[in-house]
Amino acid sequence: MSTVPADLKYTRSHEWVRTLADGTVAVGITDHAQHALGDLVFVEVPEAGRAVKAGEPCAVVESVKAASDVYAPLAGEVTAGNPKLKEKPETLNTDPYGEGWLMRLKPAPGALTGAALLSAADYQKVLEAEGG
Amino acid sequence: MAFIPHTEADVAAMLATIGVAGIEDLFDEIPADLRVKSLAGVPPELNEMQIGRLMTERARADGAPLAFIGAGAYEHHIPAAVWAISTRGEFYSAYTPYQAEASQGTLQLIYEFQTMIARLTGMEVANASMYDGASATAEAALMAVRANRKSKSARILVPTTLHPHYRRVAVTTAANQGLKFEELPYCTAEGVTPSASLARYDGQDITALVIQQPNFFGRLEDVDALTDWAHARAILVIAVVNPTSLALLKPPGEWGTRGADIAVGEGQPLGVPLCSGGPYFGFMTTRMEYVRQMPGRIVGRTLDTAGRAGFALTLQAREQHIRRAKATSNICTNQGLLVTAATIYMSLMGARGLARTAAAAHARTRELVAGLTRVPGVHLAFSGPYFHEAVLQLDRPVAPVLKSLSNRGILGGLDLSGYFPELGDALLVCATETKTSADIDRYRAGLSEVMQAARAA
Amino acid sequence: MPVPEKLIFEYSHAGRGASDQWPHDPGPAALAELPLTLRRARPPELPEVGELEAVRHFTRLSQLNFSIDTHFYPLGSCTMKYNPKACNQYAMLPEFLARHPLAPESHGQGVLACLYELQEMLKEVTGMQGVALSPMAGAHGEFAGVAMIRAYHRARGDLERNEIIVPEAAHGTNPATATMCGCVVREIPVDRLGDVDLAALQAAVGPSTAGIMLTNPSTLGVFERRIGEVARIVHQAGGLLYYDGANLNAILGKVRPGDMGFDVIHVNLHKTFSTPHGGGGPGAGAVGVGARLAPFLPIPLVGKDGERYRWLTEADVPQSIGRLSAFMGNTGVLLRAYIYMRMLGREGMQRVGEYATLNANYLLARLQAAGFDAAYPQRRASHEFIVTLKRQARELNVTAMDFAKRLLDYGFHAPTTYFPLLVPECLLIEPTETESKDVLDAFVSAMSQIRKEAEQEPARVTSAPHTMPVRRLDDVRAARQLDLTWKPTAQS
Ligand SMILES: Cc1ncc(COP(=O)(O)O)c(C=O)c1O
Repeated sequence: MSTVPADLKYTRSHEWVRTLADGTVAVGITDHAQHALGDLVFVEVPEAGRAVKAGEPCAVVESVKAASDVYAPLAGEVTAGNPKLKEKPETLNTDPYGEGWLMRLKPAPGALTGAALLSAADYQKVLEAEGG
Repeated sequence: MAFIPHTEADVAAMLATIGVAGIEDLFDEIPADLRVKSLAGVPPELNEMQIGRLMTERARADGAPLAFIGAGAYEHHIPAAVWAISTRGEFYSAYTPYQAEASQGTLQLIYEFQTMIARLTGMEVANASMYDGASATAEAALMAVRANRKSKSARILVPTTLHPHYRRVAVTTAANQGLKFEELPYCTAEGVTPSASLARYDGQDITALVIQQPNFFGRLEDVDALTDWAHARAILVIAVVNPTSLALLKPPGEWGTRGADIAVGEGQPLGVPLCSGGPYFGFMTTRMEYVRQMPGRIVGRTLDTAGRAGFALTLQAREQHIRRAKATSNICTNQGLLVTAATIYMSLMGARGLARTAAAAHARTRELVAGLTRVPGVHLAFSGPYFHEAVLQLDRPVAPVLKSLSNRGILGGLDLSGYFPELGDALLVCATETKTSADIDRYRAGLSEVMQAARAA
Repeated sequence: MPVPEKLIFEYSHAGRGASDQWPHDPGPAALAELPLTLRRARPPELPEVGELEAVRHFTRLSQLNFSIDTHFYPLGSCTMKYNPKACNQYAMLPEFLARHPLAPESHGQGVLACLYELQEMLKEVTGMQGVALSPMAGAHGEFAGVAMIRAYHRARGDLERNEIIVPEAAHGTNPATATMCGCVVREIPVDRLGDVDLAALQAAVGPSTAGIMLTNPSTLGVFERRIGEVARIVHQAGGLLYYDGANLNAILGKVRPGDMGFDVIHVNLHKTFSTPHGGGGPGAGAVGVGARLAPFLPIPLVGKDGERYRWLTEADVPQSIGRLSAFMGNTGVLLRAYIYMRMLGREGMQRVGEYATLNANYLLARLQAAGFDAAYPQRRASHEFIVTLKRQARELNVTAMDFAKRLLDYGFHAPTTYFPLLVPECLLIEPTETESKDVLDAFVSAMSQIRKEAEQEPARVTSAPHTMPVRRLDDVRAARQLDLTWKPTAQS
């Protein structure tokens, strides 16, 4: 059973969003997603300064048997990609909600409130519907 | 029955197990109106003796002329061991090494191949092969578009001195994805691409520059200047090289200050027979930083569960079977058996043997050029150094001359008039280490007679 | 158990070399005109070994492989049938090997005759109007085919058609090819019985449909029964039908793709026509087309004027999609396929489809009787079929991959695993017509034995193979700590 922290927001495509004190958000992939992919061998994160639209593919996570795009959960500007993942992609397996974050975004005006993000309970339902 | 071992008793027992009366019943899901009535267009079967006879006659019809053609495919001596081992059933009749534990022979061999090709080109990594040199060049252009993230234009500069078939294959392969190939002019007196001609691209968004060394004419390009020009403008450099020449010439990894970014080429000179054009293999190398943009199979060394070294296909998430529509290429089956031959060839030649081959081929071409340019009406088309292939200028149309020579059993080279009309009556010739002084003299004497007869007529 | 073999570099000794294979040294004068700035400063570090060392090393490496010549190789979708020795021997006659690709046609009538007749035979067995031989593998043929589809629409001024439909179980090369041709991929589902979902197809087609890529029998090992309906829907929407010939062995001599309504096809000569796989290639992916696409075939083709054979190029085929290879594709592979087809002849050709299907249905019946589950039990097997080990995975905690690895210990190459992804824990099994009943029976015994092991001592299966040169390899390590070329310092 994968963990779904109650204090985060989620997408149907298995990203999570955490609002930080400075108004930016951290984005990662969920425990369920990392589990489905298996041992990650490569992660590509976006460069700081890139503007992304909601739903735009902006990172890639790769295991030996699958490769998957990660979609921006909301529009904004990338303020940082997690530099650690290049050397240690396995961090995403061991700590998906912490050290394994993928990027920080400065949400476009209104993007955070406007984005159709799921609560932990709703995301849990998505997982149950998928049979996970 | 040809290649089917079943006895009548086997068939009866098998049908009984399945629970049908006859083989025809196994096709009962296929709509009846679709069934084949006959295959009248296929001739009746031949047994092994009959096909052997037929093929021997067909081979004889092709003859065994004395050939002085290069133009991207070169006749080199192939050590006997190369094909004696490559055609062993264990290499010849194995599939792509998906089941690593049952394919360590092929996998280790590819790892050795990747190492040798990387060393020969001076590059960091190599893949396990592309279809041929032309398709490798096309894939290199596609790869450059993925790798050069600073460029948005998908414009690729291609010298006119690149093998004309390579350019055409690149256009066929990549045009549907919006790549634009723009031709760089060459100097008709020298047969090379002048770096000065690049100035008009300054300040424009260009994705990559292709450089062939030696170029299609056998001439040596100023690879250092061209590479540095490109890198100063964030343009990636795609080298197209002849592997034999690399025993003597500066490898792409050392071109200019930073070296080429992708290096590809035709692997045929490394132990692969000419065979009317294939099967050959393309090799492809790059920097480690671009390895995830490379198409094709790649083998890596790893450990097994007991901690021993072993080999497996790796970085497969680039490939079609995992990434499907987003794969780096659609290539699946490659040219594995030719890689086997080339790896054995490179092992037997070593650096010294390969250098001797290159030097001996070059020496023969010089001898050929010296001999042929003694014939009145024949001179060297370009000034400046060339490598084991050169363009001659004739004082009359090339095609009839070649025809007369071929009637004497001599294939005198490639008529360039269709490819490069601006060069007039130009002929690309090549001799390798397989030619003797007597062979060269035979060509010279034949050419002399043909030219004289033509002049008299 | 075979022992691992050192790397060739580890045999190397400075100064050693197979010098009998080298030409004489022409001396430094020959290179005098090559400018030093363009010369190599240090020689490449290739191995320095004697001939016998090289021969032993590579012979030993060969012995670490499974192959058709040594093992049953029921790799689904790959048609690992016997590669007759005659095909190799007569394709390697000295005149064929020595012929330069740009030699004149006058010195090529023999090889051109073979290629021409190969084109004609392929037309006949596929039901197509034109054939081009230059594509060098199945995927390369797919590229040619979809590029022709695009060229056809474009030539009609129909510029919006850029969507290629593929069933979700399609081979990865199909969607990858569509992308290479600048198309967008639309996947459609298949139904419970393995047939294309017609409603989904109907919903997917429209004014942007360029075509659909299918193989029939499908990658699920069953014949698409409503192929006529599929063809009607796609054609009515203005699209064309592409046939992926990977599975032609199933129907060779029984049904022709042209008669099923396909407009373009590639044939993997290295599958159906038994040219060797060579540990990864070479192949040959000849393409066949109906009349509509004939003007767009890739060049060169082989034509016949009276009794003379000649190349057809741009001048003869002005609307061609162009060249796909520097010369004439994998000619040596084409010769092998030609020899094989002549040896089979008309009668033998029909037997291929029949006996491939007989072997597959027999093997399936026996495996079912032994308690294994067919993925499509209501369906007839084609030349291949899928067994799903979902039940074993759930009940015994032993996966399809474990079975595959354990089969190696029993001396059988594993079937295709985890393709198509649609079927959980699948083994796609293709025995081919060249295997005897005895071999198929032995395979069933091995499968039953492995299941028994899975019940009694599962670790034996989950830790297999035990008799190969290496145990299971760490793929994750291979991808994380990339070691792609040997470096003396990285010696382990
Ligand atoms: C169904 C199917 N389509 C296409 C291909 C691609 O053929 P090739 O490997 O010759 O490029 C294959 C072979 O692997 C296949 O099985």
